[in-house]
Amino acid sequence: MKTCLIVDDSRVIRKVARQIFEAIGYVCEDAENGQVALDACKAKLPDFILLDWNMPVMNGMEFLHALRQLPGGDRPSVVFCTTENDLGHIQEAMGAGANEYIMKPFDADIIRGKLEQLGLIEN
Amino acid sequence: MKPEDFELFSTLVKQRSGLVLTPEKAYLLESRLFPVARKHSLKSLEDMAQSLRARREETLMFDITEAMTTNESFFFRDQKPFTLFQKTLLPRLLTARAAKKQIRIWSAAASSGQEAYSLAMICAEEAAKLQGWKIDIIGTDLSREMVTRAKTGIYSQFEVQRGLPVTHLVKYFQQIAGDKWQIKDNIRQMVQFREGNLLTDFGVAGPFDIVFCRNVLIYFDLPTKTRVLAAINGVMPPDGFLVLGGAETVLGVSDAFKIVTGEHGLYVGASFDVAQLAATK
Repeated sequence: MKTCLIVDDSRVIRKVARQIFEAIGYVCEDAENGQVALDACKAKLPDFILLDWNMPVMNGMEFLHALRQLPGGDRPSVVFCTTENDLGHIQEAMGAGANEYIMKPFDADIIRGKLEQLGLIEN
Repeated sequence: MKPEDFELFSTLVKQRSGLVLTPEKAYLLESRLFPVARKHSLKSLEDMAQSLRARREETLMFDITEAMTTNESFFFRDQKPFTLFQKTLLPRLLTARAAKKQIRIWSAAASSGQEAYSLAMICAEEAAKLQGWKIDIIGTDLSREMVTRAKTGIYSQFEVQRGLPVTHLVKYFQQIAGDKWQIKDNIRQMVQFREGNLLTDFGVAGPFDIVFCRNVLIYFDLPTKTRVLAAINGVMPPDGFLVLGGAETVLGVSDAFKIVTGEHGLYVGASFDVAQLAATK
């Protein structure tokens, strides 16, 4: 079974995202900031990471840089999921090694679509 | 809603668009027609039905049909038909049309234009192979509002995320406001949109090498499906390709087309030699 790490400082977003991913068949863990997420990744790398940008302690971009330095850290698919919705942020994220980018608000269709494009689920 | 009012509205919509509304769709009818009633200063759907019985006013009938036939659309909806277009149909036509160097594509029931623009983006991705070629992509829709929207190429933040890879968003769109994105001119210029009704004259002249007609036939009854498929066949060359939606088929509906085994959703004219397709792959 595929595993997913949901990283967002909003409890509501984590809950909504978890419901969507569990419905698709993922086993989910979540983290309220980049540092907690990085610790989780050091213990065990997930297949997929849904990543907020603005978070206390360690933000999404710092987490992404740290993740890609870990042994095997290039393997998980990382999809930013953030209120930052300008071209500059999208380009920065993709340049830093994100695989996809979601601008909040999102719904199940958007998430499913991104997973399909990444080849993680069949359509 | 009174059964006779439902009957009146559904008959009107069926005549003008082919869309079959079954009684369990009454809720949809109510939610979509209420804004139309308001626009025409009618207090209720009952008043609207009465008004129609008194006088078959064209603008009211137009608005009712329009309200019932607009559907949501995604970029690269279902993905597979687009992979089929890029990997199978385009290469085949690059060979078959090498003398003419022209390919004409019709997105029937184009809605707000996502399908037609998705095809245009694929052509842009394949630009190297298409140098010197003339690619016409024409989208038609019954709804004037949808055609107007499609022409602008402006989509909400929500719409540009549904089915569209972010790399395509960056490459083929420009952000015109915080949550509005517009297809870039070079892609927009590849596509034309027109009003057209599948039940009448289509609004465009063939021939079309490829016809995308997805998720429309499902709303028609059997005789209408048969008639529309025959008419589509009439605007396609014998070696053209028809792409239908995942829940649609020609089987038991029309013998103008036949199924291509192993290519879900792809249909060819009855006389087409499917082996030719395999040879290009």
